[in-house]
Amino acid sequence: MKSRITPYLQSAPAMLWLGLFFIVPLVAIVSISLMTGNPIDGYTLTWNFSIFPDVLDQYSPQLGRSFLYGGISTLLALVAMYPVAYWIAFHGGRRKSLFLFLLLLPFLVSFIIRILTWQFILSDEGILLGTLKSIGILGDDAHILSTPTAVITGLTYDALPWMALPIYVALEKIDRDLVEAAGDLYASGYQQFRRVILPLSAPGVYAGILLVGITNVGDYLSAQILGGPSTTMIGNIIQTQYVQNGDYPVASALSMMLMLALLVCVFVYARVFGTRTIQEYS
Amino acid sequence: MAGRRTPSDSARPVRSRPWTRFVLPSYVFAVMAYTLVPIAVMIVYTFNKAPNQRLTFAWHGFTTEWYSKLFQVQDLTQALWHSLEVAVISSIIATALGTPAALALARRKFRGRGAIDLVVVTNLTAPTVVVGASLLGFFIALSIPRGILTILIAHVAFNVAIVIIVVQARVSGLDESLEEAAADLGAPPWVAFWKVTMPLILPGIFSAFLLSFALSIDDYIITSFVAGQTLTFPLWVAGAVKVGIPPQVFVMGTLIFVSGVLIALASLVFQRWGDHGDTVRT
Repeated sequence: MKSRITPYLQSAPAMLWLGLFFIVPLVAIVSISLMTGNPIDGYTLTWNFSIFPDVLDQYSPQLGRSFLYGGISTLLALVAMYPVAYWIAFHGGRRKSLFLFLLLLPFLVSFIIRILTWQFILSDEGILLGTLKSIGILGDDAHILSTPTAVITGLTYDALPWMALPIYVALEKIDRDLVEAAGDLYASGYQQFRRVILPLSAPGVYAGILLVGITNVGDYLSAQILGGPSTTMIGNIIQTQYVQNGDYPVASALSMMLMLALLVCVFVYARVFGTRTIQEYS
Repeated sequence: MAGRRTPSDSARPVRSRPWTRFVLPSYVFAVMAYTLVPIAVMIVYTFNKAPNQRLTFAWHGFTTEWYSKLFQVQDLTQALWHSLEVAVISSIIATALGTPAALALARRKFRGRGAIDLVVVTNLTAPTVVVGASLLGFFIALSIPRGILTILIAHVAFNVAIVIIVVQARVSGLDESLEEAAADLGAPPWVAFWKVTMPLILPGIFSAFLLSFALSIDDYIITSFVAGQTLTFPLWVAGAVKVGIPPQVFVMGTLIFVSGVLIALASLVFQRWGDHGDTVRT
């Protein structure tokens, strides 16, 4: 058990799997993106580096939209969930785990069904608009589906528990004596929060932003079901190019750029907080 | 930064403020109600009389018909079966591969540990659309036919990282001297491992398995790339959106939700009865 090679033997099977089915494919898309050709005759590697500026030029609206929708939904989830996580952690009392359980209930409903129910709620004659229209608050031509609002609503809803969880864990870890000490030193309630609790919960906040941000920027199901032609995100493009059109180089180039952009964000995060905190909260 | 307050106006305990007593709790309950709305919609609409065997936004009257005709839509039942199959098998493989790796990572310092950490964190944080696209490129390049096998490979790949994280968290919380004590008492390493360490990390392994299962059965994005003609539950539902969703989809969602709640409650009770204060971390 204590021999030198044991840790290697123990981690070898998992690493082989991850290496073969995660790292190799990830590296392979680099070479695929540099190929030219067409779906019928196949593709050959021609070191076509111009694909990156071309793709960036062609799909910059979708790329920008992904980061915009992803950013807005992440921010909304953060603003919505921080107070909730705070209240449960500090004032939840004996029912803490019950509140947490209620908050995490959406996890028990299939992702696709959660989005479908939003289509139900937001549709033109659906629960929300139908009611508002029949009371006369909204005009008959009011609609939400196919608009950015609908996509962001779906993305934000999916983000809520993912955002709440790491923030709650961080808040829960805070030594209550520190907060009390601040109070003893005459910090007001606001000051205790601003100078003690908020800084100490920062790793949880960043973990939440990272988790939710990456998921939502790359998401395409919300845009597919709740959105319309004007709300296409980069995930939708990658999916259609790869699976339907068979244009592998373009899809690979887009994937690479998305991955790179997000890796930069992760790298900055790791520099500031270390990789351990990502593991701890994810 | 801010001016010091005089003792008299800030010595009140935080607890008695109207802010944390009324405003914040009301807000928390509003958010919780909001997160439950889609779940309520799903459950309520399983009882709607849908005239064309398709879910409609309009209410046509109460029925329990769809519960008795749960498996009437054959393709859907088949897809659900695929999902369950993939979830069970991929979680078992991922747990078997990930647990030894987690033991090595949590207990031993060895060269290459940092690299393994990096691979695991990248796997957890990589956008799913990129993971799916790169795997599809890999399978196409090696001309591996897409189907249930490729879905399984992909699911194991994303579940291994989850298992490593969850089990690692459990193992690093353990007192290593317990195993050493067993060795001092003459237990051979394998006996010490199976009799001492294994029972202690078993809850961690079990929750890793459950988490893998949940993530696998719910995955849409990665599966949509590598599935070929094989349909899982989320894929079938997404495909049916254009033609209309049979009510059975919401019934299955409701049944999965209810069993999820029951399992969660059971494990909560189980935990209370068993080791207190030793709850599994997520």
